[in-house]
Amino acid sequence: MKAYCRSVFLAALLASGTALGAAPESKDPIKLTIHDWTGQYITTHIMGRVLEEMGYNVEYQQADYIAQFAGLESGDLHVAMEMWETTGKQAMDESLKTGKTVDLGETGMKAIEEWWYPLYMKEKCPGLPDWKALNDCAEAFSTPETHPKGRYLGGPVTWAGFDDERAEALGLDYEVVHAGTDAALFAEIQSAYERKAPILAWVYTPHWAPIKFKGEWVEFPRYSEECYNDPKWGMNTEKAYDCGKPRGWIKKVGWKDGEAKWPCAYQAVRNFTISNQAMGEMVGEVDLDGKKVDDVVENWIKNNEDTWTKWTQCS
Amino acid sequence: MDAATVADGVRGQRRPIPIWLVIWAVALLLTAALYLFQQLWPWAVTYPEAWTVPLRFWVSDFMKWLINSFDLGLFTFKEFTRSIAWLLQWPLDFAGGLLASGFKLAWGEEAEWFIPRLSWLAVTAVVILIGYQSGGIRLALLVGGCFLYLVIFGQWDSAMVTLSSIVIAVPIGVVLGVFIGILGFRSRRAERLIVPILDLMQTVPVFAYLVPVLFLFGFGPVAAMVATIIYATPPMVRCAMLSLKQVPTEIVEFGQMVGCSRRQLLWKIQIPSARPTLMVGVNQVIMLSLNMVIIASMIGAGGLGFDVLSSLKRLRIGEGIEAGVAITVLAIALDRISQGFANRPPSEQRDRPDSFIARYPYTTIALGIVIITSLAGTFIEGLHTFPERLQVTTGTWWNDLVSWININFFDELEAIKTWLLLNVLIPVKRFLLVLPWLAVVGMVGLAGYQLGGWRLALFTGSLALFMAVTGNWEKSMISVYLCGISVIIAALIGIPIGIYSARHERAHRVVQVVVDTLQTLPSFVYLIPVVMLFRVGDFSAMIAVVAYALAPAIRYTDHGIRQIPPSLVEAGKAFGCSRRQMLWKVQLPIALPEIMLGINQVIMMALAMLVITALVGTRDLGQEVYIALTKADTGRGIVAGLCVAFIAMISDRLISAWAQRKKKEFGLA
Repeated sequence: MKAYCRSVFLAALLASGTALGAAPESKDPIKLTIHDWTGQYITTHIMGRVLEEMGYNVEYQQADYIAQFAGLESGDLHVAMEMWETTGKQAMDESLKTGKTVDLGETGMKAIEEWWYPLYMKEKCPGLPDWKALNDCAEAFSTPETHPKGRYLGGPVTWAGFDDERAEALGLDYEVVHAGTDAALFAEIQSAYERKAPILAWVYTPHWAPIKFKGEWVEFPRYSEECYNDPKWGMNTEKAYDCGKPRGWIKKVGWKDGEAKWPCAYQAVRNFTISNQAMGEMVGEVDLDGKKVDDVVENWIKNNEDTWTKWTQCS
Repeated sequence: MDAATVADGVRGQRRPIPIWLVIWAVALLLTAALYLFQQLWPWAVTYPEAWTVPLRFWVSDFMKWLINSFDLGLFTFKEFTRSIAWLLQWPLDFAGGLLASGFKLAWGEEAEWFIPRLSWLAVTAVVILIGYQSGGIRLALLVGGCFLYLVIFGQWDSAMVTLSSIVIAVPIGVVLGVFIGILGFRSRRAERLIVPILDLMQTVPVFAYLVPVLFLFGFGPVAAMVATIIYATPPMVRCAMLSLKQVPTEIVEFGQMVGCSRRQLLWKIQIPSARPTLMVGVNQVIMLSLNMVIIASMIGAGGLGFDVLSSLKRLRIGEGIEAGVAITVLAIALDRISQGFANRPPSEQRDRPDSFIARYPYTTIALGIVIITSLAGTFIEGLHTFPERLQVTTGTWWNDLVSWININFFDELEAIKTWLLLNVLIPVKRFLLVLPWLAVVGMVGLAGYQLGGWRLALFTGSLALFMAVTGNWEKSMISVYLCGISVIIAALIGIPIGIYSARHERAHRVVQVVVDTLQTLPSFVYLIPVVMLFRVGDFSAMIAVVAYALAPAIRYTDHGIRQIPPSLVEAGKAFGCSRRQMLWKVQLPIALPEIMLGINQVIMMALAMLVITALVGTRDLGQEVYIALTKADTGRGIVAGLCVAFIAMISDRLISAWAQRKKKEFGLA
């Protein structure tokens, strides 16, 4: 049997371990979760590469964005790199309450999520981006099924964007249609953009869409916590959600007991930060230029050695 | 048919129909009355929220207890399932290492040996050899072509990940299925327990039980494999029970005469004689496992399913189609091989030659190929990993095609869609939503009574009641509306195609390929282009459902007409029927029960697609199941999943009862 085994001797592993000063506390693989959007895939793989450089074994595990908390609590999964304040705060708070998961700090990226329209719609609706103009142009944004109301394409129901509530609280003449998935949402945007057809939809960043499509976010009354919790706040004194969506942090979350098992790895995860700009560019390279994620990540690792070696310092 | 049955038939046809007409008219009038005077009985029209039974919370609590506290004495239930997961991990890792990732062997602290996976050349050659063994040179060429597609289109790595999990899941499903089948065959009581469970396993959407599976088996490929096995095993059990029952009594008695023990009788006589039907089961397990590839990738199986999902997320339609076709190609290769083995005449018992080579010629050749190609692969890189520069892709072409249709034909498509929406879909939806729930439950029961008597009435009525009682009435009605319309459209398209292909041999061959592709190409592949052309909403969902559910309508119609006894056709000819008369007066009426079974399958497929349509934003039971999945809410998912299953069961029982009766009338049963 051995005759046909091509064997490769890997000493590099040991070398890299010593080079960075600390040998890993445990060889058990650290499981990082990956979801279904490119940005998260990139942040996770950058983190994974850094942990590998530190000598840890890393595994990537496909898991659902919200359902993963069950795995993080039981220790099946260990680190989730992107939990967005805008969509995941509720689930994260609930999970932290169990005491089985731990908040590993912000990634430095800021999420923007809001109603978005392509620039060519400004001709038909010059009052934009002010939200008050939306009702004047409701017809411009309508389709046969929603006519004369405008049509707003929201995210999947699970994203908790409170758009139905927002439309009602602000008295918008819009029907909120929920795309079932991220993919369906952007498929429709792309289709409309190609035809220069009216579209008003939920777009978020960091993502390739606002890079590829020229457009703007609608400006709603600015978000505050009271707006969501207190009906009296804001222009509609009877209903909550009479404001825009929160622009918030993106945090890392981990399995609590992992902190004791791989203290230096957890420290490195805590130290991880990246800017919206850098992330947007990488997402663009993958989704628009068609580069491979691994190449983009490898490239970043090569060019930013100073940055990530700082993360790996462990006391 | 003798004179008495003819007379019965005539009586049966003449008398009861008016009575039933009257009964149905009364039922409809009552429904209208309920609706018109709804202020008097508002509870009978809209099910009061206060009456909702909080079943979903009970299920969730039960699952929590099962996962956290259920103690079997020496170990907890979760420890038990986790140890199963641990056991399953071994073969999965081995297959994965062999086909996809290679093996890493740790030698002490710092040294590691790396054994690479099998080369593409080795795998393809072995598969061609298996194809040759099972079906001769033609099959070998077909299978070879399929695997070359994977190589040339750069799908190899992912395809091998998928193949490695299929290679493990299918045997487990088959063995499990055969054993449960034997259990059901031997004991009447076991059978009574097994059959309803099989019904549920086949009709409850997979998404509904993914969450408990994740809890019990952990996140990762093993959980995905467990879900695949749950989904793919039922047909094997059914086939095992059926085939064992069909073994001719003469053979069994012969076995008893020679003095077989019960075990010998089973393994040496009954199972071998049941082989053809058993192989049909194996074939089904393979196909269903491949159907699960996309869903499995959502919970961590990776492979081709992941490629399809991630490229469609980035709207790279072409790449999605290529990965989707890779799944189809894999399915076709495995399907044909398994059918080849099924149709091979059973080998005769020969004297076994002494030498290994003569006894296992194919195994020897396969081993030889593996060794030679692997050796060659160490020297010539391209023989091990197919060079990237030689790979081709049609990716951008597909994207351009969709863009082109989008820019040039959107208005026409939009017009058709708007007309259908405003004149058919929306009115039907509104109508179904205002129907009083009590009346619907009553009518479902009534239909059961008419077709199958009290027992069926009780069965269908209580299943319908379940949907109201658990607070899912509105979503159930939206599901019925979406599936109902899709089924009608699928029947309108599928039955004529089936008729045509039954009467034209050349068309038949083309249609077969199209039907196979429709059934194995993951629906997600065409869902995204459909959304680009028709926007998010019910219409896109409907198109996806129709595309998926079309296959059985065509297949059963074709089959139904082909299997008409030639004597009947001859008789028709003797009476001087024209070709058209032959179709309408002889072939269609006789094939009708078979066609209705096809429609029954169409309904099952349509319901199976419900969960997928949730991905384009419908508001039905599918969406409910999907939300439950993303919120890890076990109870909510299972209860909504049961509602889907119950709709399927109601229609299945009613249609089967009807088809049974018709068959009796024609004297075919």
